This record gives sequence, structure tokens and C-alpha cells, in this order.
Amino acid sequence: MAERIKPAEKFKRDRVPMKEQDPKERVKNFNEVPYGYSLEEAIKEAQRCLQCKPAACVEGCPADVHIPQFIDKIIDEDIEAAFKEIKITNALPAVCGRVCPQEEQCEGNCVMNKKGKPIAIGRLERFVADWAREHGIVDEDIDESQKKGKKVAIVGSGPAGLACAADLAKLGYDVTVFEALHKPGGVLIYGIPEFRLPKSIVNYEVEQIKKMGVKIYTDYVIGYIKTVDELVEEYDAVFLANGAGAPSFLGIPGENLNGVYSASEFLTRSNLMRAFDFPEFDTPIQAGKRVVVIGGGNVAMDAVRTAKRLGAEEAIIVYRRSRAEMPARAEEIEHAEAEGIRFELLTNPIRVIGDENGNVKGLECVRMELGEPDESGRRRPVPIEGSNFVMDVDNVIVAIGQNANPIVARSATGVETNKWGYFVADEETGKTTHPKVWAGGDIVTGAATVILAVGAGKKAAKSIHETLSAQ
Amino acid sequence: MARILKKEQWSDTIFSMLIEAKDVAKASKAGQFIILIPKEHGERVPLTIADSSKDEGWVQIVFQVVGKSTLELSRMNEGDELYSFVGPLGMPSEVEKFSGKVIMIGGGIGIAPIHPIAKTLKDLGNHVVSIIGARTADLLIMEDKMKEASTELIVATDDGSKGKKGFVNMVLEELLATEADNVDRIWAIGPPIMMKACTESAKKFNKPIIVSLNPIMVDGTGMCGACRVTVGGKTKFACVDGPEFDGALVDFDELMARQRQYKEQEQKALELYKAKEGLA
Ligand SMILES: Cc1cc2nc3c(=O)[nH]c(=O)nc-3n(C[C@H](O)[C@H](O)[C@H](O)COP(=O)(O)OP(=O)(O)OC[C@H]3O[C@@H](n4cnc5c(N)ncnc54)[C@H](O)[C@@H]3O)c2cc1C
Ligand SMILES: Cc1cc2nc3c(=O)[nH]c(=O)nc-3n(C[C@H](O)[C@H](O)[C@H](O)COP(=O)(O)OP(=O)(O)OC[C@H]3O[C@@H](n4cnc5c(N)ncnc54)[C@H](O)[C@@H]3O)c2cc1C
Ligand code: SF4
Ligand code: SF4
Ligand code: FES
Ligand SMILES: [Mg+2]
Repeated sequence: MAERIKPAEKFKRDRVPMKEQDPKERVKNFNEVPYGYSLEEAIKEAQRCLQCKPAACVEGCPADVHIPQFIDKIIDEDIEAAFKEIKITNALPAVCGRVCPQEEQCEGNCVMNKKGKPIAIGRLERFVADWAREHGIVDEDIDESQKKGKKVAIVGSGPAGLACAADLAKLGYDVTVFEALHKPGGVLIYGIPEFRLPKSIVNYEVEQIKKMGVKIYTDYVIGYIKTVDELVEEYDAVFLANGAGAPSFLGIPGENLNGVYSASEFLTRSNLMRAFDFPEFDTPIQAGKRVVVIGGGNVAMDAVRTAKRLGAEEAIIVYRRSRAEMPARAEEIEHAEAEGIRFELLTNPIRVIGDENGNVKGLECVRMELGEPDESGRRRPVPIEGSNFVMDVDNVIVAIGQNANPIVARSATGVETNKWGYFVADEETGKTTHPKVWAGGDIVTGAATVILAVGAGKKAAKSIHETLSAQ
Repeated sequence: MARILKKEQWSDTIFSMLIEAKDVAKASKAGQFIILIPKEHGERVPLTIADSSKDEGWVQIVFQVVGKSTLELSRMNEGDELYSFVGPLGMPSEVEKFSGKVIMIGGGIGIAPIHPIAKTLKDLGNHVVSIIGARTADLLIMEDKMKEASTELIVATDDGSKGKKGFVNMVLEELLATEADNVDRIWAIGPPIMMKACTESAKKFNKPIIVSLNPIMVDGTGMCGACRVTVGGKTKFACVDGPEFDGALVDFDELMARQRQYKEQEQKALELYKAKEGLA
């Protein structure tokens, strides 16, 4: 058991840095960038926590992780207990510890911000989850006497579907998850790259959920093989968690030339299909000498860093606003910069130019300046007349956002959608306009975050349990 | 699981397989397709549902060996399990009872996907005239099945080794020259160049023609946009908006260019696989 240090000491101590792969090396591989804390580093960081009551950090966590409690158990060197504490509310700690935008959530709320750097809650959560995995710790023992004899169907195996499945299984429900792709995990598997979230970790967390008795049917596209209407007939409740998987394009000339990708396609080829291992794996991918990624969010950063690793000599972000408006996490932008990604800010693409074979050879752009604020409060970019120029490029990747995919919705009679095709669901319960159907995650909110999807899955599980128990 | 129940070789390069897939068989309709991955390291291969049996719980695929994945698939055997098999995908064909005749054109491997649509149309009471063609007699598949699914069947080969000599679009044009007034709808499935030629013939006689597009796909569920095609000046995703479209509106040249996107890598993958497996 490590010692508990005095508050004055806590304020003096710096946040423990996390070691990571050297940028020059890591651009040549797909291995994870940060190495994670050692036990000593984790304890050292945990000792800084003030153990606030009430804890501001928990307010910022959509999954209500018992933050001070689990951190305290790290100081006790009882990592197993810390793990169980986290698992009470979060089914995916190894994932969230890696990909949550902590600076806006738990860490953004930490009182230590006032005195310096917040407690590295995400890194500690990741440490605990990784330790538990490496030591074969499992927390869920399902009490067979709890079996409810009621069946719940879940559409989609992303974080929302998995979190809901885990909670319902714990409560004794018979849960079946239907997944369109051949691997479960949603964006965690097909979208977020290996170097940020190793797939072995996602697979492990999915296996834990399966061990709780949850059945996952992959290769099962609801809307085609079975409708939501049929699920409603066969199950006591249905949770729709099919994500916001339909890519947006810019609508500029030349977008269908060879070499233009949506970020979804580019990342799916690389992550889900392992095109980065071509030809050992059969799915091909192109990343030429110069690759431009259009957009300024996390997805754009993932695509541009993937392009660099696939061998692009120059991987470039083209974004129409300035750096201050970029929606990507600060950490992701810094990682990209360290890896030599070029940023062309205040630049808007207007046309993709092709060669005689239909392959991309250039991108015409126009420079922008910031004008008056728009509805979102951000200053609207306006084109500078006569500033057009052409960049020589081999690939263009469009990372400007996601729309609702209509396949599930059109097979769901009586489940209302809004004008963009997202399901209308109560924020607290996930209830839709159909009494047997709940919905949550990106297909309700539009593209958001892993932990919000986890939170939505948990709320729906609670509400489904309440509704079915009352029957 | 998706087990290969039956395998037949129909020509040098064309194979038929019955795949055990109860739920897929139950849900599938004419015009839809499946996506399979032969083995774990494999890619996602879209193939049309050529036939299915709800009672026996299988789906038939008919494919031509053109590259690494189809070669590897052709070397799998009865009893083997596919790594992944998903479907049905895509919009079903819009079939109805037409007052006039319908013409069904299948070119090469395109005869396999035209078959279930012809069969459905005939079952609905339509007068179905089918034109099937191949480069040469040896490559002509499903003649008997097509005869059964049609009211009239016309066979053509490029080299004249069987039936009429010439391309299917030439046969179509001849037919339309005498019969155009009695024809309500045309379907054409085959290589894009053939569908393009048939579309041009149909346009001359002002007849509506449906074509089934086969761009490169990844997920097949509208998630990636790999399959985008231009139809009537608008971008469509062939996997969810199609695969069938009004031929008169399709930009075939763009489709053909997009199909060539990975030519170099595909060649390399095939050569490596052959070398590894000791194939000629
Ligand atoms: C490239 C990328 C990077 C991101 N990075 C981060 C990050 O760093 N941090 C963060 O917090 N968030 C990040 N996000 C956002 C986050 O991943 C999503 O908000 C989250 O995954 C949403 O979870 P979900 O369960 O609602 O949907 P998804 O993860 O999209 O899962 C939905 C699942 O449903 C399946 N499905 C769809 N249709 C059907 C159907 N008809 N039948 C059966 N199954 C179906 C899909 O195949 C998928 O597996 C990122 C997103 C992307 C695309
Ligand atoms: C909706 C649809 C239905 C199809 N139905 C049939 C069918 O019933 N029978 C049949 O023989 N073929 C069919 N095809 C074509 C078949 O998918 C390709 O021939 C196959 O994927 C080639 O893979 P390969 O590795 O053997 O060859 P490769 O050497 O990789 O490719 C040969 C050519 O096939 C095309 N192709 C390659 N990968 C894909 C892909 N992922 N998706 C689509 N096309 C690709 C490209 O034009 C490529 O140049 C269909 C395609 C689509 C989109
Ligand atoms: S789940 Fe996310 S927000 Fe909550 S404590 Fe963990 S890292 Fe922070
Ligand atoms: S707010 Fe910060 S210091 Fe306080 S309990 Fe949470 S993590 Fe610890
Ligand atoms: S294949 Fe991905 S959207 Fe059609
Ligand atoms: Mg191939």
C-alpha cells in the first residue's frame, strides 16, 4: 500500500507524463502511440488526487465513473478493486480511458485545473483496465437465479449497443445483439485506428460481454434479413443503436474520381479489413505520395495519420476555418503535428481534378478569411476572391461528417425520426415513440462520442428494466 | 454458419455454389446480393443471389474467377465454411405484371443474376423473352434454367459457336426493330460495356431499360460510399440505392473507370497467391 501524501505535496507534484512512441518511428507502424502508465507511475499520479466530496470530475463523466474511489484503490495498490469500482458503471474502461475527450469531460471538471494540471483520470482508467486484462481479472459473475426469462434485441454492436447489452445481461435478461458487419465493436473496430485503439483491446472487451451470456450475431443487417417490426414481435424490447453510418460528401466536381475516398471507406479498409497489411490481407487501399484530408475533426486526424503510416510522403489537412475552430481534440492535433502532418487552414476545396484515366491529380482550393459569427457562434469563413490555387495530390479523403443511414429506420413502423433521419428518443430513458422500442448513441444524437453512446446504452438498459419489471 | 453445401464447375472459370444460410434464404428477393469473405485474411466479395430455397435453407451463388478472391473461393470445397456471409443486401427488383412483353438480357456471368428476376416475372404471368449470350459456347451457363424461366429464349455467342452469332445488344436491336410496340420493359445484366450497348439500343426505341451495377463495394450497407455511381447527374450508392437503376440515366464510363481503381494491386495479389499456392 502506497502512502497518502499531504495536500501541499499534491499541489507541488506535476502530472505524471505518459511515455509514447517516438514520432519518427511511429509514422512507420500501426502500433499504439502511448505506452500507458506502469504501476509506479499510476500510483504517483493517483496520489495527487484530492479525493473531493462531492467530486467535480464525476459530474463531467457521462458514465458516472466512481473516479475518486477507483483512484484511491490504486494508491492501496489494489488494482482489482479499482477495476471493479470502475466496472460498476462503465463496461468499456480500456476503450474510454484511451479515446474519451477527457479535457472536456472528467479532467475538464477536475478541481486541480485551478492549481495546474488535472488528474490524469483517463490514463489511470486505462491503466486499471489494462492491468485487469493482463491479469485475467473478470468481474461479472451472473447469478443464474436472476434470470428474468425476458428477451431483448439490440441492433448494432457499437459502444451504445454493447453497454446496454452488458447492463441488461447483469440484470438477468436474455440479450441478442445483431451486427451488420462481420466483427462487433462499431466505430471502435472499423473507424478508430489501431494506433489509437488496438483492436485486440476491443475484441477482449467484447469477449467479456459475451461471457456474460450476451449473444452477438454478426453479418446480420436489420432492415434486410429481418425488420425492426419483426424484432418487436419476437422480443420483449428492442434497443436501436445502429450508429450514424452514412458518409457526407462535399458535392464538388470530381468527387467520384478514382482516389477520392470518404473517411469511412478509407478507415474501414485500413482498420476493419486490415488493408495496411496488404497483400497479406486481401483488401487494397491507395495512399499516394500526396494525400489531402478535408476536415478538421477527430475523424480527419485519424484519416491523415493513417495516410502517413500507409506511406504518404506528404499528408495534408485542408480545413476551411482556423485552428481555433478545429473540432478535433487538442491531443490529436498535437499528435498529428508531431508526426509531420501539414495543415492548410482557412482553405476550402472547390474542385477535384482528374487525369485522362479518371485518377485524381489535383485539388483546386480557395483561401478563406473569417467573417461574422454564424449560428454556431463560430466566425463564418468567406472566400477571398481570386485566391484560387491548385495542389498536386494523389488522393483526397473527405472527412466532413456523417449522416443517418436509413436502412433500420425504414423497417421500423411507428418509430419516429426527425428531419435528418435520426430517431427521436427521450434523453433520460431512450424511449422512442414505439412502446417496445428504445434508441441511443449516434443514431439519436448524430456523431458524438464513445462515452455518450455508452451512457445512452446504460440509460436505455435501466429504462427497459423498469418497463419490463412493471409488466 | 455459412457452409458450402454443393459446388459445381460450369466452365473453365465459372463455378456455382449452394451456401447454407437459412435466414438469408428466407429473406432474399430477386435482384438482391450477398457479400462474402472466403477466409479470414480475405476481402468482402459481392455476389448476386442466383437462386435460393427457403425450405432447404440455401442460397446459390454463381461466380467467375477473375482475381485473387474468386480464385481462392473456387478452391474451397463442399463442407468448408466461409469466414463471413451477409445478405440479402440491396433493393429487390421492381417486378410487376406488365401488359406487354419483358425482355431479359444476360451477358456472360450476368446470366446468373438475370435468372431469378426472369423467374419471378414469369411467375407473375409475364411474357418473358430472354436473350442470353457468351463469348463462346463453353462459357454459356444456365441455358436450361433460363429456358424454364422464360417464355421464349434466344441464345447468342460472339463467335457463333452456339445460337446466333453476335453480341446480345445486336439481338436486342433486331428484336426491337420488329417487336418494339409489344415490349414494356427491358432488363440487362452483364459487363458494363454490354449494359451500355443495350441501353443505347433501348434508347433508340424509347424503351425503358433496367441495369444492375457492380461497382467496387466494401460494406454494402451504405456506410462507406465506395460504390458511388452517377445516375441522372446525381451521386447514388449502388449498394443501397440499387444495384438496379434506369439504364438511360447511368454514367457507364465513370463506372468502368472506377472499377479499374485497384488494377495494379489486384494483379499483384493474384500473382502472389498463385506463387504461394504453386498455381500456373
Ligand atoms: C474515425 C472516428 C474516430 C472517432 N474518435 C473518437 C474518439 O477519439 N473519442 C470518442 O469519444 N469518440 C470518437 N468517435 C465517435 C464515436 O466512435 C461514436 O460516437 C460512437 O462509436 C457511437 O457509438 P454507437 O454505438 O452509437 O454507434 P457505432 O459505433 O457507429 O456502432 C453502430 C453499429 O451498428 C451497426 N449497424 C448499423 N446498421 C445496422 C443494421 N442495419 N443492422 C445491424 N447492425 C447495424 C454498425 O455496423 C455498427 O457496428 C470517432 C468516430 C469516428 C468515425
Ligand atoms: C452487386 C454486385 C453483384 C455481383 N454479382 C456477381 C456475380 O453474381 N457473379 C460474379 O462472378 N461476380 C459478381 N460481381 C463481381 C464480383 O464481386 C467481382 O468479380 C469480385 O469481387 C472480384 O474479386 P477478385 O478478388 O476475384 O478479383 P480482383 O482481381 O480483385 O478484381 C477484378 C475486378 O472485379 C471488381 N472488383 C474487385 N473487388 C471488388 C469488390 N470488392 N466489389 C465489387 N467489385 C470488385 C473490379 O472491377 C476488379 O477490377 C458482383 C459485383 C457487385 C457489386
Ligand atoms: S469514462 Fe471517459 S469521461 Fe468518464 S472517467 Fe473515464 S475517461 Fe473520464
Ligand atoms: S475532481 Fe480531480 S482531484 Fe477531485 S476527486 Fe476528481 S480527480 Fe480527484
Ligand atoms: S459499398 Fe459501402 S456504401 Fe455501398
Ligand atoms: Mg480482389
